Amino acid sequence: MSELSTSDIISTVEFNHTGELLATGDKGGRVVIFQREQESKNQPHRRGEYNVYSTFQSHEPEFDYLKSLEIEEKINKIRWLPQQNAAYFLLSTNDKTVKLWKVSERGRRPEGYNLKDDDGRIRDPSTITMLRVPVLQPMDLMVEATPRRVFSNAHTYHINSISVNSDYETYMSADDLRINLWNLEITNRSFNIVDIKPANMEELTEVITAAEFHPNQCNTFVYSSSKGTIRLCDMRAAALCDKHSKFFEEPEDPSNRSFFSEIISSISDVKFSHSGRYMMTRDYLTVKVWDLNMESRPLETYQVHDYLRSKLCSLYENDCIFDKFECVWNGSDSVIMTGSYNNFFRMFDRNTKRDVTLEASRENSKPRAILKPRKVCVGGKRRKDEISVDSLDFSKKILHSAWHPSENIIAVAATNNLYIFQDKVN
Amino acid sequence: MSKMAGADGDDSLYPIAVLIDELRNEDVQLRLNSIKKLSTIALALGVERTRTELLPFLTDTIYDEDEVLLALAEQLGSFTVLVGGPEYVHCLLPPLESLATVEETVVRDKAVESLRKISHEHSPEDLEAHFEPLVKRLASGDWFTSRTSACGLFSVCYPRVSKSTKSEIRQHFRTLCSDDTPMVRRAAASKLGEFAKVLELEYVKSDLIPLFAALASDEQDSVRLLAVEACVSIAQLLPQEDLEKLVMPTLRQATEDKSWRVRYMVADKFSELQKAVGPEITENDLVPSFQNLLKDCEAEVRAAAANKVKEFCENLPADSRETIIMNSILPCVKELVSDTNQHVKSALASVIMGLSTILGKDNTIEHLLPLFLAQLKDECPEVRLNIISNLDCVNEVIGIRQLSQSLLPAIVELAEDAKWRVRLAIIEYMPLLAGQLGMEFFDEKLNSLCMAWLVDHVYAIREAATCNLMKLVERFGASWAQSTIVPKVLGMASDPNYLHRMTTLFCISALSEACGQEITTKQMLPIVLKMSEDQVANVRFNVAKSLQKIGPVLENSALQAEVRPVLEKLATDQDMDVKYFAQEAMTVLSLA
Repeated sequence: MSELSTSDIISTVEFNHTGELLATGDKGGRVVIFQREQESKNQPHRRGEYNVYSTFQSHEPEFDYLKSLEIEEKINKIRWLPQQNAAYFLLSTNDKTVKLWKVSERGRRPEGYNLKDDDGRIRDPSTITMLRVPVLQPMDLMVEATPRRVFSNAHTYHINSISVNSDYETYMSADDLRINLWNLEITNRSFNIVDIKPANMEELTEVITAAEFHPNQCNTFVYSSSKGTIRLCDMRAAALCDKHSKFFEEPEDPSNRSFFSEIISSISDVKFSHSGRYMMTRDYLTVKVWDLNMESRPLETYQVHDYLRSKLCSLYENDCIFDKFECVWNGSDSVIMTGSYNNFFRMFDRNTKRDVTLEASRENSKPRAILKPRKVCVGGKRRKDEISVDSLDFSKKILHSAWHPSENIIAVAATNNLYIFQDKVN
Repeated sequence: MSKMAGADGDDSLYPIAVLIDELRNEDVQLRLNSIKKLSTIALALGVERTRTELLPFLTDTIYDEDEVLLALAEQLGSFTVLVGGPEYVHCLLPPLESLATVEETVVRDKAVESLRKISHEHSPEDLEAHFEPLVKRLASGDWFTSRTSACGLFSVCYPRVSKSTKSEIRQHFRTLCSDDTPMVRRAAASKLGEFAKVLELEYVKSDLIPLFAALASDEQDSVRLLAVEACVSIAQLLPQEDLEKLVMPTLRQATEDKSWRVRYMVADKFSELQKAVGPEITENDLVPSFQNLLKDCEAEVRAAAANKVKEFCENLPADSRETIIMNSILPCVKELVSDTNQHVKSALASVIMGLSTILGKDNTIEHLLPLFLAQLKDECPEVRLNIISNLDCVNEVIGIRQLSQSLLPAIVELAEDAKWRVRLAIIEYMPLLAGQLGMEFFDEKLNSLCMAWLVDHVYAIREAATCNLMKLVERFGASWAQSTIVPKVLGMASDPNYLHRMTTLFCISALSEACGQEITTKQMLPIVLKMSEDQVANVRFNVAKSLQKIGPVLENSALQAEVRPVLEKLATDQDMDVKYFAQEAMTVLSLA
């Protein structure tokens, strides 16, 4: 049994726009891309499995000499670009630098030299009586990843999000206090569109935790904060979007107030629905769905693991209260999914209002076996298959997951393992 | 059919063989080198082998680095002769077609450029048989890179093809204007103008105007703002009576667009728009639009519009020009002088002076002068600098005296600004100002400033100040230099601060040529020679450098009698650098 290497911890998971490719980034700065097998008629029950397509080192650890700080190579986010030709493009970022990678296939190589024999021996120049033009011959498929652009030196603080605009020309990168707009072709210039840094840093009360562009309105984006608020901005209105167009905040429930209220209200992820009509936010204990037209409160609130509410003190002591969970929509925006502890992840069906808890672990599931729903017992008599709150393993957290854009296939990252689950074929 | 070079083998073929092999070398520089010599390879192979072997190889090796692909795209544009002349030029299409689908924009653009170039060498039959099908394939390609490239090819093949093919081309363009992806729509929008130029007028009106209107209302900001550019081209093509109906609605929509970027584009293209729509529409429509842009809520838009104030006013019809400016433009301009955003004020300052030539003396004194003076006192240094750099316009109209009262304090304040780059900028205007203000004014008021800069803390300022003195001497002459500058410069030679003593040497080096032999020999040389005994080594080696510089201005007798002994002494100095520069000076002056 090999020791858990921390550099293998998966830090981000993302499907591309067709779902054919799945990319993961890890703490060691590597990106691994999986490709779905073409479905074959011979084995219809073996629906397109994902196999490794390409692996490359995206970021290396660096040292900031000016501030005497290490810059981690951990990949914070990966975002795919829409496909523009036979190659694939993705943006990957660590705390400070965003890189554009091209992943392409090469299936042919040139054969035939002038100065060498076919077996590789150097020819005597006087024996060259005719010129040979090389011919391309098929070879084993080779997948290469090359860095095409490096966008650096634009962020003082740690980058937490990147998002590609629907115009396919620009993207934004967000750190704790600022959001910058880039053109994909230009690396030496970026425009600052949001700046919440106070003139006096001692007055700092709120930071940016996530940001995303609207899926089809090129001028709209949202960013969430550590105080549980979301701001929607319109880039058409002004060059600097410090003034928001919409402000989303749920009024606080006074009965639930505690020392930890503000910490657990911090939003760790925000995602627009595919339709562009809704957005979803994740804070420590809940997932909320908001209607973009209603700023006063969320449309729907789902409890992810409310049993932790009484444990906040110990979760604060072991720092788990600061864990940043992500959330995802399914292709039709009818189901939402997010992770929890003990390698549990939760799915909520917005239409039927049913929810389920599943576990991603090798011990409890065999390949191609159906996942059994799990349940956490919150006191009183514990049933046979249930697990009590105090037995939950808080080191096994599912922070990152992804849902295929059109099918019911999900990718769940449990520490250094990637699980891919599919809907059962009837 | 040309004979292949060197049929007897060995030497003549070898270099070509090397080039061909290096086409696929691991080292990108070698590949690049081979690609740049592609014509040599093609010549050696002969036209047939180039067509049948070389081109197919190049068509498929498009996985290479951008630099290589860019060079290839460029080479192919001039390959017509090497494939056998115009009747075979269509053989170049396959490799260029490949290159036109690459994701790197610069490569695609170069491929399109080459395709456009060789399209002119296609006969009309070949255009129909080969070129247009290529354009069709690109336009209906799966990848949006190929569809984007197609947009750049419509205008070159349209003029010479048959009527039915023309109709097909128009159809393709229509499809691309409503493509799913914004990139393609952007490409279509940016080529709309040039396509319109080759279309028959009836089709411009029937086909292109609706497409133009659609692109100008696209949901993507980036597409709409490109439609503004197309607006200019289209307006230039249509007869005046059609403009109101076909173009103006779209233009009005753009000036009121919700996105500031679109309004910015309108402001940026305002002068071209003005010329394209003509005087009547300008008076009725563009003037109010321009006023709105000058008052826009977004500073970037106001700044872009402010930049165009002078040009806009200049191009107004002569009979109504003054009225329009006085009644409509000037009130807005007055507001801009106190704009909250410094970039807006700065943009205004760079053009506002130009209005004086348009409005004439009386209006300038009554209306513009207060504005100039206000901007001259603006808190933002860039605003003040922009006013000062444009004084010549005002000088022509009302003479500088009116301004000089306020000018001087402004110059002094800039000259003493805490930021050295601001000080640097004003120094750079000094020769210009001196010319405009005249020698007397300069001596009275500005001379001391120029001398103060010579002892600034920042080296860049001292250096610029030295250069400034040189330009002043060129303008005012050697005798002026002798009476006003030289004594002060030479006086610094005994300053306790070695940096100042060095500045004296730099000045002497810079001024000697302009001052001439007599002043250099009689006044400057003795000081330089005396400084050869300075305590500080830096001063001493700069003495050597100065002597090297002023040597050519001196008479040979002075060189031999006075310079040589000093240099010889310095060549035996304790300090390494002093020795080095002394020896170098002696070599250069042929005194060694």
